[in-house]
Amino acid sequence: MAQVAQPVLEVRDIVKTYGGVHALNGVSLSLLPGEVHCLAGENGSGKSTLIKIISGVEKPDSGKISISDQERTHLTPSEAIVSGVQVIYQDFSLFPNLSAAENIAMLSELAERRKLSSRTRIREVARRIVEDLGLSIDLDADVATLSVADRQLIAICRALVGEAKVLIMDEPTTALTHTEVDRLFIIVRRLQERGVAVMFVSHKLDEVLQISQRLTVLRNGEVIESGVASDYTGRSIAKAMTGREVNDARLVDAVPEDAPVLLKVSELTREGGFDRVSFELRSGEILGITGLLGSGRSEIAEAIFGINPAQSGTIAVDGEVHRIGSIRDAVKAGIGYVPEDRLTQGLFLDQSIADNMVAASLDSYRSRTGLLDRGRIRTSIAELFARLRIAAPNVAAMVRSLSGGNAQRVVLAKWLDRRPHILILNGPTVGVDIGSKEEILAILREQAAEGIGVIVISDDIPELVSSCHRILIVHEGRVVSELIGDEIDAEKIQLRMAA
Amino acid sequence: MRELMWRLRGANNEGLLVAVILIVVVAMSLASPAFFTANTFFALVRSSMVPLIFALGVLLVMISGGIDVSFPAIAIFAAYTTVKWSMDASFDPGLVVIFVVAMVVGGLLGLLNGVVIARFRLPTLIVTLGTQTIYKGILLTYVGSVYISASDLPASITGADVHLVDIAGGGYLHFMIIPVLLVALLIAWMLKYTVFGRSIFAIGGDTEAARRVGIKVVRTQVWLYVLVGALAAFGGIIYVVLGKNANPQSLVGTELDIIAAVVLGGASIFGGRGSVMGTVLGVVLVQLINNNLVLVGIPSTWQRAAVGLLLIFGVTVQALGAMRARRRPVALAKEVSA
Repeated sequence: MAQVAQPVLEVRDIVKTYGGVHALNGVSLSLLPGEVHCLAGENGSGKSTLIKIISGVEKPDSGKISISDQERTHLTPSEAIVSGVQVIYQDFSLFPNLSAAENIAMLSELAERRKLSSRTRIREVARRIVEDLGLSIDLDADVATLSVADRQLIAICRALVGEAKVLIMDEPTTALTHTEVDRLFIIVRRLQERGVAVMFVSHKLDEVLQISQRLTVLRNGEVIESGVASDYTGRSIAKAMTGREVNDARLVDAVPEDAPVLLKVSELTREGGFDRVSFELRSGEILGITGLLGSGRSEIAEAIFGINPAQSGTIAVDGEVHRIGSIRDAVKAGIGYVPEDRLTQGLFLDQSIADNMVAASLDSYRSRTGLLDRGRIRTSIAELFARLRIAAPNVAAMVRSLSGGNAQRVVLAKWLDRRPHILILNGPTVGVDIGSKEEILAILREQAAEGIGVIVISDDIPELVSSCHRILIVHEGRVVSELIGDEIDAEKIQLRMAA
Repeated sequence: MRELMWRLRGANNEGLLVAVILIVVVAMSLASPAFFTANTFFALVRSSMVPLIFALGVLLVMISGGIDVSFPAIAIFAAYTTVKWSMDASFDPGLVVIFVVAMVVGGLLGLLNGVVIARFRLPTLIVTLGTQTIYKGILLTYVGSVYISASDLPASITGADVHLVDIAGGGYLHFMIIPVLLVALLIAWMLKYTVFGRSIFAIGGDTEAARRVGIKVVRTQVWLYVLVGALAAFGGIIYVVLGKNANPQSLVGTELDIIAAVVLGGASIFGGRGSVMGTVLGVVLVQLINNNLVLVGIPSTWQRAAVGLLLIFGVTVQALGAMRARRRPVALAKEVSA
């Protein structure tokens, strides 16, 4: 860029407070046509609030927003869309009850202020954009029946139907596999060539550096750093985001040779899920199971926890073979599971931290009379609250009010309270920011050191490298590779995952 | 085969409903020889007309993610007020104008519902429970509480007793079936082929997402309630025409039959799903049970319980369907990976 290009979007001195707390405190930012500008920051740093203000969903307390030289103090969602601002939200904001085609075309139908809706036109609009991006999506299917990756693609298609000048993507890669991320990046680069300004919100640092030209880091509602992306390294961004040094070296030592085997899985098979999976887990060990989305990695975990039991093969806990046909069986055998979608499957959002912590283990607090032993519950809660260092005013705070990382701690506390021998975590740090992620991994390492066996299902390679003693790589339902100790490195995992 | 079964079931279990109706018809025919006659059929059609109009209103609200219980109050308020006005003024403006006036009144009452619900984002059930009693109270206090018999009704209403078909034994097909069917077709068209209709589905599917794509949620909801109010008033006048009387104490209390019919018709109580076809079938099933239980020897005191059972049956079918839908994507993902 020889001459200074006019920014297509500029926000100046945006302030937004929620109940006295500054979500954004004087944030300024500009987007140039044809650039990918990354907005990085931990959860709670104000990224989402800034996006909502640019897209007109929230009104700022003060500050200016100008799009294509038109200055405003705030926008409505339709004004933002008409000005060419498109947002792909983290939750995609799709209509589960409508077809893929209709989801894609809805925006443009509304933007064109149409009164009548025509199925053929909707299908044509959707087909054109899907073909344009070289995708294959079943346009007639209800979105509720589609996979997460497909939903994401639909959200992208929808954003691109109109003439978008600014495309904001809020953590677009969270649910995607590596091939899908690569495909997304190709699409992003194509948009760039057309002069679209892309704002890419992410906390996966390698992706940020790979795709963006400029970078802005938010922390506590303020811009900490802003500059050309090539001036940064993953480490310096992480430091800017968290305000401290972040370490990504391997942090675990070898498990002692004589550590007892806690879990022995042999020839576990479930049709359409996984095939003849065998492995051992020893006391004090953190075992990583990784693979692409749909490789069967989650299904293996769900079978061990009895959600979708295996059809053949055996599961032995502490040397004793258990028939695990339901979640109850698994819990009785001493297995704990933290599900993938922690917010909907793992927590009661409108209940207090305390109630959530003991929700899975109330049975164990029954006194001789059959009533709950309040005193013992209180002690447990206080102990867990301190042990997991949950950042909340007190244990009575609602889980909904917590940040992602702290909510994850509450889920962990819930499962630790059942004192499991084996704890399985599915994507424990998905959607969690770097600082919290480190702490969660540290907690897992501590728990392992105390003698429980931990299985982490994840495709976050850095976290696998830093915290696992051993890694199994699953491909098309089979364990294709095993890495132990010093063999573990990021490149190897990546290569073997794609197999 | 499985594919065919899915197709026959229909998007909102319409196929299942047809099957249930057929089973009920066969069972009743076996139980009572008096059942399977043209008379029964015409009586069924006649008694389904007003509930169908109400049910269409309830369907629209339900698709948008709400529940409306104020429609019977709006219906009788609008109908009674219009008739009383015509009577007091000793002026018969003709059937069409009576319909229009009543629908304006109904639309205004609906507007009040809509503004309160959409503007303050309040739960629809509670708001409409409140307005239902308010409307009824105002009607009885300020408009009138006196039963108006056929001899006092405007001539255009009593004169609207036109039969399309007359059969031996007293059965007949009232010509009001034509506007009723037209309205049903119009609503079906609106839901499918207008942006307004699709917006109602979108709001019912995910209100926040609707706001984000630029649907004017508040405006759409307000217009929706105006439309539903006008529909209720339309039903109210038909009720007066068919019954040849205007009783301010009537209609309120029949909400459950209507809501049961809509839920049976496959509309999701959580919003976002429902069809006019399903609603028509649901209304027919409820009326079939209501009209004919006595005929097959079940005491009429069981009617209410039967409707309650139907409602719960409808919700159960929905819940099971929702569970299936949740399981399906997992299976699909596996097929792809294999």
